[in-house]
Amino acid sequence: MFSVFSKEIHLFFSSLIGYIVISVFLISIGLFMWVFSDTSVLDYNFATMDQLFSIAPLVFLFLIPAITMRSFAEEKSKGTIEFLYTKPLTSFEIIAGKFFANFVLVSFALLPTAIYYYSVYQLGSPVGNLDTGAILGSYAGLFLLSASFVAIGMFASTLTDNQIVAFVLGAFLCFFFHWAFTYIARMPVFTTTLDLFIQKIGINYHYNSMSKGLLDTRDILYFFSVIFVFLFGTVTVMENRS
Amino acid sequence: MSVIVQGLTKQYGSQKAVDNLSFEVRPGEILGFLGPNGAGKTTTMKMLCCYTQPSDGTAKVCDYDVRTSPLMVRKNIGYLPEHNPLYDEMYVKEYLQFVASIHKIENKQGRISEIIEMTGLGKEQNKIIGTLSKGYRQRLGLAQSIIHDPQVLILDEPTSGLDMNQLIDIRSLIKNLGKEKTVIFSSHIMQEVQALCDRVVIINNGTLVADEPIDKLGRRIAGSQLVTVIFDEQNVKPEIFNKIKGINEISQEHGGFIFSSSEEIDVRKEIFKTAVANGLTIIEMHRDKANMEDIFRQLTKSVDYV
Repeated sequence: MFSVFSKEIHLFFSSLIGYIVISVFLISIGLFMWVFSDTSVLDYNFATMDQLFSIAPLVFLFLIPAITMRSFAEEKSKGTIEFLYTKPLTSFEIIAGKFFANFVLVSFALLPTAIYYYSVYQLGSPVGNLDTGAILGSYAGLFLLSASFVAIGMFASTLTDNQIVAFVLGAFLCFFFHWAFTYIARMPVFTTTLDLFIQKIGINYHYNSMSKGLLDTRDILYFFSVIFVFLFGTVTVMENRS
Repeated sequence: MSVIVQGLTKQYGSQKAVDNLSFEVRPGEILGFLGPNGAGKTTTMKMLCCYTQPSDGTAKVCDYDVRTSPLMVRKNIGYLPEHNPLYDEMYVKEYLQFVASIHKIENKQGRISEIIEMTGLGKEQNKIIGTLSKGYRQRLGLAQSIIHDPQVLILDEPTSGLDMNQLIDIRSLIKNLGKEKTVIFSSHIMQEVQALCDRVVIINNGTLVADEPIDKLGRRIAGSQLVTVIFDEQNVKPEIFNKIKGINEISQEHGGFIFSSSEEIDVRKEIFKTAVANGLTIIEMHRDKANMEDIFRQLTKSVDYV
């Protein structure tokens, strides 16, 4: 597993992929947090990091499928998948290696936002007037959300050997599992009957719940189930190659 | 036996790509695996390397069954897939390091320089794979397949698309490797197999048509010759030549007829006489010694062709 992991990480940082991903994420989040007057903390009069946590899923919606689209689609179109699958590696090792590599890259993009935390902390009046608990919960939620998006994106990548198809499909699936259920639940047919249940299928519900700073095992379990289901799907698709 | 194939079958929908194929390869043998394009060579090799599952039958590599212990099979096999897929964006050494780490090789650096030396990659060892020429790509493909010192090497058309010099280099490399390893290599070029192999397995439409030592196959053709005749007339019935003594087989090709006979008898006179007797005009006639290519063609021509 480690050999695949380090190969993937190496490819991210020896090509432009890694740097582009990190800088695009930080620049777009930075613009929303500090520059655009509609959302800037500086004009908001409250010391919070809500902007980061509400914008980040949106940025990840495009960024993560862009990272994961190559995972299998590229290997399939280049034929290198045959190389991997004729080496003494199990499907699990290959897929786990790729999953952790993708996740680590996303984490590298997230980590520098700790500086934002420090800045907002210093800007508070008095200094440190900040709901640290909620922020830690939100970070945990964001890491779990990005791991789920990585699993979804990788699954989409196994379904095709075309990277663009993998990207579009991955972005759609991420969107669907994150937001769609919130809106489906609001449809008049479901009000007061199934709406809460439908909301709970979506990632958004659990992400918001964690943003409150409450680390509920049910939410954590939900995220792990999403990751497990999509990675299991990935293994299944790859095992059934003709 | 290092490789045993028993009743191996692969079905894609209603089509059988490989049909009940059985053969064995002894340790240290170089086996040429021949067949026209689409005969099922690649599919067979993919099953041997546990990339695809057989629909029926099984194969054993170094006593490990491809169905039950694929990881052990992969450990003992070095495989060079057709078209030699490589990670173009990686450096040669980086790639070899990756392969070495998959195989959990102890002394990585030592082994890598050994392999680079062995495959003649020295000059190109600091390049990005995407910039390598076809010949060097093929060397790198071979290098990745032998880095863990496997007992069995499976090479799928390792020489296709190479120029004459590269061809000779790669062949001698394979020949050297064959001194200590069991090698199965596929090709559709008969001379190549003749030059390299101890034994040939020829398949056509997924079934075995020949499994013989190369010298035996050579003897089979030694005593025969081919006479090619082109007639001016269309619709010539080949049956009229059946009575001529010494003709073993008549086949039709490129608008002409090929009469195969044993070497002692010259059938040309009789063919001419029969043609005249039947009012046919011969516009071309020449005699050739049968070679390996002819045997290959004879064995692998499809049924409706005859």
